[in-house]
Amino acid sequence: MNIILVGLSHKTAPVELRELLVVPDSRMGEALNRLMAHEGIREGMLLQTCNRVEVYAVADQIEQGFSAIQEFFVDTHLSVSAEQLMPRLYCHAEDRAITHLFRVASSLDSLVVGEPQILRQVKDSFQEALTHNATGVILNKLIKKAISVAKRVRTETRIAENAVSVSYAAVELAKKVFSNLSARTVMLVGAGEMAKLAAQHLVNHGVHEVLLTTRDPIRAADMAARFNGVSIPFDDFRANMHRADIVLCSTGASHYLIGPEDVERAVRARWNQPIFLIDVSVPRNIDPDVRQVDNAFLFDIDDLESHIEQNREERRLEATRAESIVKDEVEVILKWLQSLKATPTIIALRKRADALRQAELQKALSRLGTLTPEQQEAVEGLASGIVNKLLHGPLVALKSAAQSSNGFVYIEAARLFYDLGQGLPEQESVNVEDVRDGTDVTPDEMASAPAEEPEQERIPRRALGL
Amino acid sequence: MTVAFLQLTLGLYFIGILLSLVYLLRRSDVLARVALAATCIGFAIHTVVLAVQVFSGEVGVTFHKALSFFSWSLILVFLLVVLLQRIYVLGAFILPIAFLSLISTVVLPSEAPVLQPMLQAVWVHVTLSMLGAVGFAVAFVAGVMYLMQERLLKSKQFNVLFFKLPPLDFLDTLNQRSMLLGFPFLTLGILTGAISAQVTLGSYVSWNPEQIWALVTWVFYFVVLMGRVTVGWRAKKAAYLTIVGFAGVLLTFLGVVLKGNGISVS
Repeated sequence: MNIILVGLSHKTAPVELRELLVVPDSRMGEALNRLMAHEGIREGMLLQTCNRVEVYAVADQIEQGFSAIQEFFVDTHLSVSAEQLMPRLYCHAEDRAITHLFRVASSLDSLVVGEPQILRQVKDSFQEALTHNATGVILNKLIKKAISVAKRVRTETRIAENAVSVSYAAVELAKKVFSNLSARTVMLVGAGEMAKLAAQHLVNHGVHEVLLTTRDPIRAADMAARFNGVSIPFDDFRANMHRADIVLCSTGASHYLIGPEDVERAVRARWNQPIFLIDVSVPRNIDPDVRQVDNAFLFDIDDLESHIEQNREERRLEATRAESIVKDEVEVILKWLQSLKATPTIIALRKRADALRQAELQKALSRLGTLTPEQQEAVEGLASGIVNKLLHGPLVALKSAAQSSNGFVYIEAARLFYDLGQGLPEQESVNVEDVRDGTDVTPDEMASAPAEEPEQERIPRRALGL
Repeated sequence: MTVAFLQLTLGLYFIGILLSLVYLLRRSDVLARVALAATCIGFAIHTVVLAVQVFSGEVGVTFHKALSFFSWSLILVFLLVVLLQRIYVLGAFILPIAFLSLISTVVLPSEAPVLQPMLQAVWVHVTLSMLGAVGFAVAFVAGVMYLMQERLLKSKQFNVLFFKLPPLDFLDTLNQRSMLLGFPFLTLGILTGAISAQVTLGSYVSWNPEQIWALVTWVFYFVVLMGRVTVGWRAKKAAYLTIVGFAGVLLTFLGVVLKGNGISVS
């Protein structure tokens, strides 16, 4: 039983390749089944975010497991060839795989170090794997541990302070124009994901009213429900722009939708009250000449990026502290894994039995008083005879368990029955339900993470703009 | 005695200014708090000096006293705004104005106090005018800060100053409120000035530079306020206009100084 990882991320592969490998939520069960059908794969989990696609697995043989998962990736998409994929994949086993998982969950391997979405994505992937019975004792423990490590990193370092997501930068900038967002109106032009995310942040900060406009009426209704907003026909949105204090623009249009004259008109209608425009679409939808309009403040995606650059620098410093936490925690989990091996368990069991035998023997001998050597030998023989006979069965079972792939179940049972101690301290038994309810979310996390997104509309992983 | 106290006050205000300026470039709030503490102590001493001057029977109104009162009221407003809104950055902008007006009472030659039958009216005139000037000084500062923040936002310079300066709408509101506060005082100040001129000189206006600039300033602020209410002269435009308007206030002060013999209505 070996923990292995095969995957690719923003560090090794371009988005064109990564996106081909993403399995849609609806077909996750099928994909996991396909993964588990490979010989020698005992447990598996598929972790996919906008920046990575990775398979974590417990395999009988390391090399065999690697090639099974590589095969799985090649089969995922018809247009992906093995030659194209192989050089992009990284394969790690045992402690390196565990370290990688912990670093990913703690957002140390993210494009934007410290971004908060990754933990949720890990939890979601874990949930999917649980639902489809793909994980077992080892991965369950490992991933729960990864989640608790991520939280430790979050609380003990300042890695997640100062939001660095593009969508949240929009909120920070808006607050430099409007001191109080609660009396403000935001207009959402288009249904781009990043703009939706930014709008969600603004709503979380108490924005009073949301106006929506998109060409697609179904999406408009959908978004109106999500933000409790007012839908405006797409052809009329320019005429209504003066109603908005903040305009968030993210459409798929290939030309400018908002020009300087539209903004000038809006500012005039607002009696020169400032208007704040954010254009997160690429290609841009708001004419850059809008910058020249007085009392209009336009920020495009690059401006938001440069705003968050400083915060990123601070995070990089905190990341070194986080790395040492990860290192400590890997040690802990390795200890637990070690405990699942047969030999140490057999030795521990023998030691324990021997200690018990010695102790009982001492007690008996001191009560019996002076014995002849023959008598003493008989008593000692009795004790060791019972112990050896009683241990024979378990020891044989453990030795054969060491050869079988799911032997650790017996080993763990033996440790429990004979009170040999677990590899992990008690508080580590995190329940995945506890983890998901988000009760321990820090205020900053609330601010920078879409923690309150409606349940029915989970934010698609690829839409996070990271 | 009062001179020593005034010097102490000036010293404390100066410390406040220096720390407030350094604070502009630092992330920590500590400097600003020390600056605020120094200003508070200075303000307390300043209050005592003013009280002694008023109640000790020193007769006569001098331009020095008027400037000292202006400085005191400006700091009072500053302390109120900072304590209520925690916008420490204001100190770097308001304190220098208060300091300059107070130091001019030490630097400028002292003049003969005005002794005349309408002393009461002159007192009222000076007090009201100075309160008007305080309102416009705060509006001026808000305007300057608005333009700075506006420029930083437009040019996307997300530096320390950008993080320190308050949001634009706060500055615009501060600008508006301080103008609304200053304008009635200026109006009443001009009226009482005219009345005392009528009594002592027999005519309401004598067209000296002080009066001319006071009237020009009044008309200007009147137009600015009307423009704000009727055609939306706010935000950037209001910021520019209040900066120009404050120049009028300064020219009125200058008119008083040039007359050479202090605040009289002669």
